[in-house]
Amino acid sequence: MPTIQQLRRRIGSVRSTAKITNALQLVAASKMRRAQERATEGRPYAEKLQLVLSSLAAAAPGAEEEDSHPFLRQRPVEAVGFLHITPDRGLCGALNANLNGAAGGFVNGQEAPVAAIAVGRKGREFLTRARVRVAAEFTDLGDYPALNETRAIARLAMDDYLAGEVDRVYLGFAEFVNTVNQRPVVRQLLPVEPPAPESEAAAEALRREYLFEPDPARVFERLLPRYVEMQVHAAVLESAASEQSARMVAMKNATDNANEIERELTLTYNKARQEQITTELLDIVGGAEAVSG
Amino acid sequence: MPLSVEIVTAERVVRTEEAVDVLIAPGSEGQLAILPRHAPLMTTLEYGELVFRRGAEESVFAIERGFLEVRDNRVTVLADAAEAADEIDVDRAEQARQRAEARLREGHEPDMGDTDLARARAAMQRALLRLRVAERRRRRAATGAPRPVGG
Repeated sequence: MPTIQQLRRRIGSVRSTAKITNALQLVAASKMRRAQERATEGRPYAEKLQLVLSSLAAAAPGAEEEDSHPFLRQRPVEAVGFLHITPDRGLCGALNANLNGAAGGFVNGQEAPVAAIAVGRKGREFLTRARVRVAAEFTDLGDYPALNETRAIARLAMDDYLAGEVDRVYLGFAEFVNTVNQRPVVRQLLPVEPPAPESEAAAEALRREYLFEPDPARVFERLLPRYVEMQVHAAVLESAASEQSARMVAMKNATDNANEIERELTLTYNKARQEQITTELLDIVGGAEAVSG
Repeated sequence: MPLSVEIVTAERVVRTEEAVDVLIAPGSEGQLAILPRHAPLMTTLEYGELVFRRGAEESVFAIERGFLEVRDNRVTVLADAAEAADEIDVDRAEQARQRAEARLREGHEPDMGDTDLARARAAMQRALLRLRVAERRRRRAATGAPRPVGG
């Protein structure tokens, strides 16, 4: 049984912990809203780009053809690139553990050697511990990563691919399902697999009617790098939104737990105090009787 | 049936407009004008001015490369960057121009790499374009009358 003084001290400490986690929760909630907004702002462009790409894929030289774009060509896989997107910081529940677990599983499942590009400190630390080769790292992108920063990441991945250092590139990030649910996903980034047009007839119509200036191959050449950049950008923004919402939920749980502990401790404290008063009263009454008796 | 126009960049939707009569864009093969009932088209865009007109009303944008698609009287512009003329901060553009100019002048020294030079040239091009677009708009505002497009 702790003493009254010890109890009082513990109640104070739990209360201040609750204050801190509550503040963190509020900050994460407002950051999450902005991060989500940023992630949705880029969506119209990404959707349009995807549409254009699918119509173009029908008209331009496909992956099987000789003169197709290198981003479309499948090569024998001798080395794999992996873009691992994680938060820089902790205090966001199981998010980092889940992301790193997925990354570990992915790396172990590859037959070819993996060269990783780490985006975010938590992922870099994990990859180093797991003895995965980290070819490059990007940290401190901030809460709302800007397009020119994510572009640099995408460029690096594309350059490595074009230089033949890796033959396939995957993208691992935290998909934002909803506020309480974020899912680690791994997707292929390069070579690009263009979304299929709605139907073969639609594709045929596109091939026949569309005018391309200067020509399909040249339009493709411009479009594909943009498409890869947008995928990386979208993944980074989505991860940022996931991080904030994971933190918000984790901090809410922490606050709730702290409040619960505080309630229990207060109960124990009151009981102990009552007991002490009763003992003291008994002492006083006993003493008075002894004097008068 | 008039055109509907949508200008988007990776970071935002810059403008959506209905009932547009004509759109003039800086295509990579030269300027091109899109009128209603244009054939389906997909083209790349360069640095330049994008103008569209609806009746007497005219909107001007500074566009930095990208793509333009026409399909069923819908024009979609996917730009790397786009700014409406009235959003352009002339002072900032002028400062950028001066910085780029200074850097280009230093460019003949041997320690400046090719990428730096290319970057300075691109910055110059961007600044000049923004100044030109902003200038055009100011002139038009002064006279109050719509001008023929092009030149």
